Amino acid sequence: MKLLVFASRRLGRLLLTIFLISTIVFFVIRIIPGDPALVVAGMDATEEAIEAIRIKLGTDQPLAAQYFQWLWKVVRFDFGESLISGQGVMDLVFQRFPLTLSLAVLGILISIVIAIPLGVISAVKRWSAWDYAGMAFSQIGMAIPSFWLGIMLLLILAVKIPIFPLFGSGSIVHLILPAISLGIARAAIILRLTRASMIEELSKEYVITARAKGLTERMVKYKHALKNALLPVITITGIQLGYMLGGAIITEQVFSLPGLGRLFLTGIYQRDFPLIQGGVVFVAIIFSLINFTVDILYSVLNPRIRIE
Amino acid sequence: MDKLLEIRNLVKEFHGRSLVARRRSAFRAVDRVSFDIEKNTVFGLVGESGCGKTTVSRAILHLDPPTSGDVCFAGAMLEGLSGKELRSYRRRMQIVFQDPNGALNPKLKVGASLEEGLINLGVQKRERLERVEEMLELVGISPSHRNRYPHEFSGGQKQRIVVARALTMQPDFLVLDEPVSNLDVSIQAQIINLLLDLKERLSLTYLFISHDLNLVAYLSDRIAVMYKGRIVEMGSTEQIMNQPVHPYTLRLFSASPTLHGTLESSEKLQENEPVIQAANGCPYAGQCDRKDSSCLEQEPELRDIGEGHLVACIHSKPSYDRPPA
Amino acid sequence: MVKSDTAKAVEGESMDGRGNSEQLLQVWNLDVSFELERGTARALRGIDLTVETGEIHGLVGESGSGKTVTSTCVMGLLPVPPARINHGQILYKGSDLLKLSETERRRIRGREIAVVFQEPAKYLNPALRVGEQITEMLCLHLEMERDRATERAQELLELVGLPNTRRILSGYPHELSGGMKQRMMIAMAVCCDPSILIADEPTTALDVTLQLQILKLILQLRDRFAMGVLFISHDLAVVHEISDRVSVIYAGKIVESADRDRLFNEPLHPYTQLLLLSIPDAEKRGQRLKVIPGRVPDAEHIPEGCAFHPRCPLAEKICSQEVPATAEHAGGHTAACHMIGKKWINS
Repeated sequence: MKLLVFASRRLGRLLLTIFLISTIVFFVIRIIPGDPALVVAGMDATEEAIEAIRIKLGTDQPLAAQYFQWLWKVVRFDFGESLISGQGVMDLVFQRFPLTLSLAVLGILISIVIAIPLGVISAVKRWSAWDYAGMAFSQIGMAIPSFWLGIMLLLILAVKIPIFPLFGSGSIVHLILPAISLGIARAAIILRLTRASMIEELSKEYVITARAKGLTERMVKYKHALKNALLPVITITGIQLGYMLGGAIITEQVFSLPGLGRLFLTGIYQRDFPLIQGGVVFVAIIFSLINFTVDILYSVLNPRIRIE
Repeated sequence: MDKLLEIRNLVKEFHGRSLVARRRSAFRAVDRVSFDIEKNTVFGLVGESGCGKTTVSRAILHLDPPTSGDVCFAGAMLEGLSGKELRSYRRRMQIVFQDPNGALNPKLKVGASLEEGLINLGVQKRERLERVEEMLELVGISPSHRNRYPHEFSGGQKQRIVVARALTMQPDFLVLDEPVSNLDVSIQAQIINLLLDLKERLSLTYLFISHDLNLVAYLSDRIAVMYKGRIVEMGSTEQIMNQPVHPYTLRLFSASPTLHGTLESSEKLQENEPVIQAANGCPYAGQCDRKDSSCLEQEPELRDIGEGHLVACIHSKPSYDRPPA
Repeated sequence: MVKSDTAKAVEGESMDGRGNSEQLLQVWNLDVSFELERGTARALRGIDLTVETGEIHGLVGESGSGKTVTSTCVMGLLPVPPARINHGQILYKGSDLLKLSETERRRIRGREIAVVFQEPAKYLNPALRVGEQITEMLCLHLEMERDRATERAQELLELVGLPNTRRILSGYPHELSGGMKQRMMIAMAVCCDPSILIADEPTTALDVTLQLQILKLILQLRDRFAMGVLFISHDLAVVHEISDRVSVIYAGKIVESADRDRLFNEPLHPYTQLLLLSIPDAEKRGQRLKVIPGRVPDAEHIPEGCAFHPRCPLAEKICSQEVPATAEHAGGHTAACHMIGKKWINS
């Protein structure tokens, strides 16, 4: 019961967030100096052509009207058409979304598989070889720029030793290198957090109780401490997933993947306003949804939060 | 005898934070509390956690201003005063809390902590230093230690420093909220003796708050027992110790360990489930072993059962069950 | 006057490990120190302690006296560096716990010797259900089946006086009030029917009326399970109410030990006497409390000779030179002080 109340409150916050983002997007775009219609039409366009574009964009109408039209569009997920390709914005987005989703999920899985066990072992066997390895990995992982890693992976594993394809996007094989490249950087962060969290939990008083009860060290560490230690890790992992879903732009660029990131990047270069607008709101929605899910998951795992 | 502090019908309510909670009735931490404190006496406020005793002290000092009720200090009502006037009265009322670690800024040298209040009063540097040294000596800390940091002192010494800081303002009235609870037994006696000495030397008046009945009985001239925001019994220490009447007071007595008592593992004791409170009844009815139907209908007022001994219980006849202390 | 080994043997104590079956726990000459950056902290300097079946032995001391190190050491939970057990024996039913392997010690923890700690909110795992925290012990130590263990856990919760046991079983510790949490901790401690219960300041964080309930509960369980209880506290009044025998620990040494009544009515050691005089109560109204000057020494800087001598009004030269031996006086009353019989504290 408490969970439902909690969930509905979070849902309310979610909707409020989306509303605010939509509003901000609307005004930010309007604040940018210059007439969008002019930019789209180009320098030599005729006045009629520009006016036609204005009508199409809707910038000829009063601000308030535009705003409410915009909100109405957001609710229906209708972001108009791309100025460049003429396709519906949402159509474009949904075309590309599955690829980005797969990449993100694969990336996060790789992160988790590397980071969590290594982080736990680091904490449990402090100052051992494992610990140093983990810390080293974490430092390096955070320092390496992901495009460099991507390019190196391509160089070594696609060019020198042609295991993986160089570009293209047909199957999962094409996603492995990019996912690794994406996942390593995130893994570094998750590892540090897992290690710190586990160390903190192991120093808490309930661990003394667990030992005093005669439980095996394994039970103490992996049943009692780990469960508490993973909670903050889950939250961070969820947020990382959110970033990835936004379209790991650089990674997609390096690996020539036709995902969301490249779509939005191209849209920005081409001043494709409807696409940019739609893109930002879409990413915001995804991110909020992930936060929402993470919150709910967190409260399922940590019963104390539900009392809030 | 002069009354230094007169409290009438003090009420402090707390509201829930969300929009929903505001519609429900607020939580009354302090519910119509009235008492007087005579000059140069020690008034003891005793009760368990959540009874409102700390809230009372904060309300009197206007740290959390009361929701309603009168606080009259040295004849002046604090309610209507301007900011400046209030400050001059508040200077005369100081407080010592339970945890000396929280009370002292760990980044400030001890001498600087003591000077803070004086700086606010506009006291000149030379006089400030003199007073700081005087106060440290008074509480038994060597004045040469004023350039040390709090972490360099022990728990008992820190508490002395907190007392010294309160005294730099030259107050008439000191609220002591569990001042020795965190300290070791042998240090407690040192601080308690110090407090008594200071009371004599500086003609102070104390409001002493504690959950420890024995300690309150030792120090106080007059005692009030609090339960769920109300005073349920009040009287001179002799009256309360020799003839406690209210069932909660009796329960506190029987539960307080003494150096003479022996615990028997008697009847099975069930964890007391809070009884759904009848809106008008006696707040203690849920746990009282003497209740009857009339206890659930009417909230008992504090009644004088003789010579200023007040009890809030409709069955209040002096009880002779407990042998005189 | 030191007791001869013969005398000890007659009274059922022995140095070589063959204890009287009534003596569940015998700590002999336990010496523990900690290697810290700022020096060696001598936490225990050769303490003797016994707990018999059905007896509640109160261990009284101020903070830094070594009482918690004692319980940690008995449980075998001392982190061995930086701690070091210099010498001593901890005999449980005749076997020296210090000589056992970690696996053997682990089997004794919780099963034979159990602990109840001070602040249940911190000492209970917030992420595991109440029932699980009890059944895991039953399944591990007593090899019970899950269903039977859950039943037993519910019985235990009822035994300690908790209402709505079914709901509490599937709930979490943070849903319980302070008193209820402590009851749960106690249920957890006694679930495997231990012979010894160590209660380390179990009621210090509780209100007086709750404290009474918990103390009574401990008494009831002591009777029911025929346990020996080591009750550790800084509160002399509480120790008086519940103990059969009392030992006073100061700066890592037991300075006095006797039956409860003897210790409180005829204390021999000046520290004990001064402590009793310094506790406020209604009868002392109008008088100043007797004060012990100074404070408990740090374990890194324990004074030469008798650790208490810098604070002791009876101290003479010998007190700063020689560590007083623990001498036996009438009725099993032991105390370690050079001045007993020669000088007295006047109250």
